[in-house]
Amino acid sequence: MPGLEDLYREIILDHYRSPRNRGELPPPAVRTEGHNPLCGDEIQVYLSVDSGLVSDVKISGQGCSISQSSASMMSAAVKGKPIAEVRSIVRRFKSMMTLEEEETAEADDQNVKLGDLEALQGVVKFPVRIKCATLAWNTLLQGLDEATA
Amino acid sequence: MSKDFANLRQDFPVLSRVINGKPLVYLDSANTSQKPHVVIDAMTDFLENGYAPINRSAYQMAAEATDLYEGARTAVAKFINAPNANEVIFTKNATEALNLIVRTWGIANLSHGDVVVLTHMEHHANIVPWHMLVAERGIVLRFIPLTSDGQLDLSNLDALLTDAKVLSFTSMSNVLGTINPSKFLCAAAHRAGAIAIVDGCQSVPHMATDVQDMGADFLAFSSHKMCGPSGLGVLWGRQQLLDAMPPFMGGGNMIADVRLDGFTCAELPAKYEAGTPPITEAIGLGAAVAYLTKIGMHNIRAHEIDLATYSMNQLTQRFGDDIVIHGPTNIEVRGATHSFAFKDLHPHDVSQVLDQSNVCVRAGHHCAKPLMRLLGANATVRASFYLYNNHQDADALCDALEQASEFFSPS
Ligand SMILES: Cc1ncc(COP(=O)(O)O)c(C=O)c1O
Repeated sequence: MPGLEDLYREIILDHYRSPRNRGELPPPAVRTEGHNPLCGDEIQVYLSVDSGLVSDVKISGQGCSISQSSASMMSAAVKGKPIAEVRSIVRRFKSMMTLEEEETAEADDQNVKLGDLEALQGVVKFPVRIKCATLAWNTLLQGLDEATA
Repeated sequence: MSKDFANLRQDFPVLSRVINGKPLVYLDSANTSQKPHVVIDAMTDFLENGYAPINRSAYQMAAEATDLYEGARTAVAKFINAPNANEVIFTKNATEALNLIVRTWGIANLSHGDVVVLTHMEHHANIVPWHMLVAERGIVLRFIPLTSDGQLDLSNLDALLTDAKVLSFTSMSNVLGTINPSKFLCAAAHRAGAIAIVDGCQSVPHMATDVQDMGADFLAFSSHKMCGPSGLGVLWGRQQLLDAMPPFMGGGNMIADVRLDGFTCAELPAKYEAGTPPITEAIGLGAAVAYLTKIGMHNIRAHEIDLATYSMNQLTQRFGDDIVIHGPTNIEVRGATHSFAFKDLHPHDVSQVLDQSNVCVRAGHHCAKPLMRLLGANATVRASFYLYNNHQDADALCDALEQASEFFSPS
């Protein structure tokens, strides 16, 4: 059986205890909301997109250590990045969170570095928690779609 | 704990399971309960030696199966002191039983502006079907509020019930453990000219139920929470109401006659049991009811009062201000179900650490989001006890909570 250390790596606990980019952004930033219907967790992602870049991102809401740290690391990973690269990161992350090979992965995605986010790899061994880890990412995707529509 | 209750743990095969060298500590019975040998055996015996359709064929095995199925109905009727076994309808689960009431009695009797009174502690199964009627028909919902210790605030009950057609409430909260005054509420509903619908999911498994004494018009509960199998629920209703209501689902078994230009309904209970019912499951529930009756529902309640008291004391003594247990502190009005907040830890994280010790609890909103909003939480940890639990289970819960506390404390 996978141990707690596989799930709760130190970097995860660090992001949980001191989350990055907490807060809100005023309009015209795009605000999207995600729910985990299983546990009732809610997350809001605020996204400012400016000349093809994710110029700012903020996170609010409540959740467990996995969903909160994933959101925090996500915000750090995408802030200031070009939208195309952000989409690559999202695809890479989501494929790390699935057991099957993602068919949607694109060639460029391999060049994207997940960095700290790799720490969340252990979540895959705890299938019920995968939804916690991906909540912020799905919410970000919605926001990206809205911001670039 | 009395010797009888110590011994009956052996009746539940799963409780001897060892995972990663540690025993199972099952504290999720408010969610769904474990099954004793007698239930498993009754179902296996039927499947191995007598499986056959009911109500349809003349051969001996089919007649035996029909007897077993109807025997289960009679046993359930007796268990809740229903005046007539034909008033007991087998459904898929309690959720279907509640939806059945809304879709039949509700559709026939409620129209625009009619008032239905619920409480702020209902399970989604007793909220959403009514919301659907709000959308379809424009009925109006009112909610009985709660006191600060998680009991129904009845100070304004008569005003809330004024002109109401229905009062539908849970006899015990699946989150707070609060035991509601069902008899009092049914009487109040009737005084106001409303019918009384009782969601008995959490009380029927844990204490004696007498629908006649309670004065309810309908009672819904689930087999799987009372040592019976999943896939089966029970709706009890007063015959007069059931007879007058339109049918629920149409199909085989529920008809007396079908012609090209229409159909006539079967008599109760077949009228509400369209299609092939969960035969094996009903036989399992019959065995569960016999098992619970043999132990005695009053003994089970007494055992759970002891468990609720012990676990509550241990949790508060060991964790003090680090734990906030929701619901009443008076054990008289509380079942052995504790929802709590632990330090500033998220329930998911707590339950993950508890799982390392095989302590099975539920973390989440418990299908009662309006109540969770009132508690100001997205989720809670819920430890719920049943007849097979003991003091060691409560101790194991506390030990595992200590581990969670250590694990997440800043290093
Ligand atoms: C109070 C209450 N009502 C209704 C239900 C729904 O029961 P089921 O899921 O078996 O239909 C439950 C079970 O979770 C419950 O606790």
